[in-house]
Amino acid sequence: MEFSFDLLKEALIFGALLGCFYAAVSVGLSVSFGLLDVPHIAHPAFMVLGAYGAWLLGTHGFDPIVAGVVLMPLFFAFGVAMYRFYYETFEKRGAEVGVRGLAFFFGIAFIVEVGLILAFGVDQRMVEAPYIGRSWEIGDMRIPMRMLVAFATALVLTGLLAAYLSRTFTGRAIKAVAQDEAALRLMGVNPVRIKQWAFGIATAVTTAAGAMLIVVGPVDPSMDRIYIGRTFCVVVLGGLGSMSGTLIAGLILGISESLVLTFFGASWAPAVAFGLLLLVLGVRPQGLFGK
Amino acid sequence: MKFWISAAVALILAVAAALTVKNEYFFFAGYVVLQFVVLATAWNILGGYAGYVNFGTGAFFGIGAYTAVLLVKSLGLPLGVQIAAAALVGAALGLGVGLLTLRLRGIFFSIATVAVAIILQTAIFNWRYLGGATGVQILRPEVTPPFDNYIKMLFVVGTLLAIVAVAVARYVETSWVGRGLRAIRDSEEAAECTGVPTLRLKLLACVVSGALMSAAGAPLPMYQSFVEPDSAFSLNYSVSALAMPIIGGTAHWLGPVVGAVLLGTIQQLVTVTISSELNVLVVGVLLVLFVVAAPEGIVGLTSRLWARFFK
Repeated sequence: MEFSFDLLKEALIFGALLGCFYAAVSVGLSVSFGLLDVPHIAHPAFMVLGAYGAWLLGTHGFDPIVAGVVLMPLFFAFGVAMYRFYYETFEKRGAEVGVRGLAFFFGIAFIVEVGLILAFGVDQRMVEAPYIGRSWEIGDMRIPMRMLVAFATALVLTGLLAAYLSRTFTGRAIKAVAQDEAALRLMGVNPVRIKQWAFGIATAVTTAAGAMLIVVGPVDPSMDRIYIGRTFCVVVLGGLGSMSGTLIAGLILGISESLVLTFFGASWAPAVAFGLLLLVLGVRPQGLFGK
Repeated sequence: MKFWISAAVALILAVAAALTVKNEYFFFAGYVVLQFVVLATAWNILGGYAGYVNFGTGAFFGIGAYTAVLLVKSLGLPLGVQIAAAALVGAALGLGVGLLTLRLRGIFFSIATVAVAIILQTAIFNWRYLGGATGVQILRPEVTPPFDNYIKMLFVVGTLLAIVAVAVARYVETSWVGRGLRAIRDSEEAAECTGVPTLRLKLLACVVSGALMSAAGAPLPMYQSFVEPDSAFSLNYSVSALAMPIIGGTAHWLGPVVGAVLLGTIQQLVTVTISSELNVLVVGVLLVLFVVAAPEGIVGLTSRLWARFFK
């Protein structure tokens, strides 16, 4: 496509909106993988599950974002149970988590994906809301309303989580358990309970992420595969567990994807996240903002 | 010696079956199972012995298939050359992935292999000559006697590939290479300190495993007579290649074979009788079940039970 500054401007603005969305779908992983060190490959699968939940509630007249919030407690409980199970079967028995932990979450992701296919079929699902399909016009630019809603939700979600982790007692305990588990134990805190709580929060956040996913575009059960790359790219690029890093990494990914989309075509876009990820892993594995 | 005799017997049986059995479906399904024996065995060299989990089996498999497509379309080379070339390309890709990800461990290595898979798939997707997104049709050449059917010949080729793969894995396991890889799995630092050339061994494992995976993909265009990127690079290959060794047992070369035959056969039965979605579910459920309840796999489990009751 021919280069023009109008096109560049549009690509940059769209990329920034997309980037915040990517950051928001990755904050859950930033907690579960970045802080707790759990190889949570199934994170995007839960996101898609959350999107289907939002869709299901949407058919009963719920707004998708509201539906995402309503589903949070359910997913929280689910996350707590899953961490408990993971801890009892893998972490408790010593350091040999490696292959088995990875395989476990890989298997879970597949079970979720195929479960959704068996329950709802392979067709794409979408939701209806007053803001979907409309757009906001500034000058000669048109910004889709659905992107703005996702953008606002993303900012609120990331902000709330960042505030929770740095201001509240439990939030700080979660950060502490990531830094030095033994020290936390000496302080009389049970690290497993903190981790369990944190994993619950990380899983609860996936419903909001899923709701945004289905607001931004149609969702199908196999969508988690492409988001494995995007979410891990953002979390690794952002430096494992840093909330501000996650936001900036999301922006970097969103803008580069949008630029490639505009100037090279949609068929190259999936390679952007993974290419960026490989580059970061090869050159600076601790991420842009890691120590 | 016992190993080579059983290998020869297996090959003779495969040829005999191809010359006598009439039911074509048997070979059609059997080839897929053999293909998974190769993939699972190849995955286990890096994943089972060295503890480096490759999620990108689909990348190697797909690149093997597309190397074959390229050679057929441009030069019309025979299947044997296609497989050899695919193995070379797979080895080169393995070396590349190895060099790129040397500093990475655990999940970072795994994620990097997923990244390689998606990037290669995107590249093929945009390569018009090889059919791009819509895929490419391949005409099967005339079948060479004594076989009366191309699928039957592929079945024998698959048996041969499986035997080569298992022999290589067995050699790796029992030689100094395998000892070194196991040392890496248990503790990379300790291995390095005691003088194990960890870097070279990891690269070697990447190369061997990659070559075998790509070789397994080379006959795919001839088998399906049609290839498209989504199915050739499918994540289903990656999950099966990982699940089969874990279900069979990763410590012994027999594990991936047992896992592949068992799971591959179940998959074929489920695909035919119920649906192809359900067979992915079966893989996922069995994988989680074994990882949680029987981490040493079927081979480990049976040898432990054997030791308890018969010795």
